Parts: sequence; structure tokens; C-alpha cells
Amino acid sequence: MRIPILRLERTLLVSIQVDLTDNDAMQFQSDLVERVAEIEALGVAIDITALDVVDSYMARVINDTASMVRLLGAEVVICGVQPFVALTLIEMGRDLMGADCAFNLGQGLEILNTRIATRGDTRFNEDEDA
Amino acid sequence: MPELLVSERIPVRIATDIVIARRAARELCERLGFGKADQTRLATAVSELARNVIQYAGEGVCLIEDRSDGVSRRIRVVVEDQGPGIADLGRALTDGFSTGGGLGAGLPGTRRLVDEFQIESAPGRTCVTIVMAKPF
Repeated sequence: MRIPILRLERTLLVSIQVDLTDNDAMQFQSDLVERVAEIEALGVAIDITALDVVDSYMARVINDTASMVRLLGAEVVICGVQPFVALTLIEMGRDLMGADCAFNLGQGLEILNTRIATRGDTRFNEDEDA
Repeated sequence: MPELLVSERIPVRIATDIVIARRAARELCERLGFGKADQTRLATAVSELARNVIQYAGEGVCLIEDRSDGVSRRIRVVVEDQGPGIADLGRALTDGFSTGGGLGAGLPGTRRLVDEFQIESAPGRTCVTIVMAKPF
């Protein structure tokens, strides 16, 4: 099960719709970091609206992925954490989800764009290799 | 009280069984009239336990039962495996402790999600019993 990674200019969108097995998760993480590096993405939005259960394993996968993306230099936002998923995650353990979150994909993209703009990134320029 | 209470036995062998088990738990939860918060709590707890089985024991069984009585609705889930067992139960139930590369929130986290939590573990058999209960 491969997770599609959509490109919107210098932003990448991924939507996790099913529970990932260990192999899926690894594949997803390597696909995403590769893609982020390839297009030098400025932002990544990870949408988990469709997940009605996020156990500690899935939380770790999502968190690790967010950290990897950040390490490369891109901004990242987790979108669409369901209310009862939030409740359960905090009851289980406070530090399960550390990345920045947004209500939905639209708000997530807004946050990414604002953040990218304020960091005044030179990579915005066309002639970055000049 | 209905005579025949639901009892479902789900083998846990591969990762997709985790999803099957937690879905069954959520469905029963919903059928018995538990709220969405409890449904998510129980589904997540079952997910944690089933994942532990696959990660540490290879395979096991998940038994989901309606144990409602005249006083309260109760769902009991028993997750059992024939794996190597948990060497240090005390530590496994401590926040932040993990031998499997997890966040160490699994067992202590699961315990906080349910109303009753029991664990027995020895080499060759680990059995976790959780109960979600709500008065009528």
C-alpha cells in the first residue's frame, strides 16, 4: 500500500487514509523524504482526517515523518486530527504528537504559506543555483 | 437481558488483523451504546495490545465479549499470546519504557484508556484483559 504524494508547487500533500504496517510506514517515509529533497519542498501537509484510531505506533510514525521532513529544511503541519483521536492520544501519553497541527488541509496550507513567507527563504528565488 | 451475549474471537497474526480486531471492538462498543469517546478509547486500546502481540510474540488471539449484566454494560477484551512473555512487568507498565523501539506509551497508555486492566505474563503465555464499563 503506497501513499500518494501530491505536489502543489513547492508544497507536498499527503493523506494517510489507512493504518500503515511497518513496511508501509517505512516506504512512506522514504518516499516522502526523497520527494521533499528532490523538489526542495518548502512545506509538507500530512492529512490524517481519515484515521479514526491513532495508536502509539501510528503516532510515532507520523511524528518521526514530521521530524524527518523538518530535518531536511521544510515546514510541516499535521492536518485533521479527529477530536476523539486527540482525546485518546493525550490520555495515553502527553508527548505522543509533537508536530504542529491544523483543523483541516485548507488551514494547514495557510499555516505553511505564512510560515514559509515569514522565514523569507532565499529558496523562493528562481535562480537559487546562480 | 438477552441470553446470548456477543463473543468474537479474532486471530492476530498479521498487521491487518490489528485493524480487524479494533474495528470489531468499536462496533460492539457502538452497539452497546457507548459514546464516541469510549469507542475510540477501546479501539485504540485493542490496537495497542494487538500490535504488541505481533511485535513481541508473532501471533495470538483477541477475544471480544459482551459481558453486560443487570447493572452495567461491559465489554471485556482478552488478548493472549504464547510469546516469550514480558521479563519485567513493572517496568513495562512504566511510562517511557520500551524494548521494541516504541514510545513506551503502549501498556501504561492502554491502562489509562480502560476501566479495568489486568495483565499476566510468563514465558510462553501473556494475557491482557481489559474492560470498558458503563452503568445502564
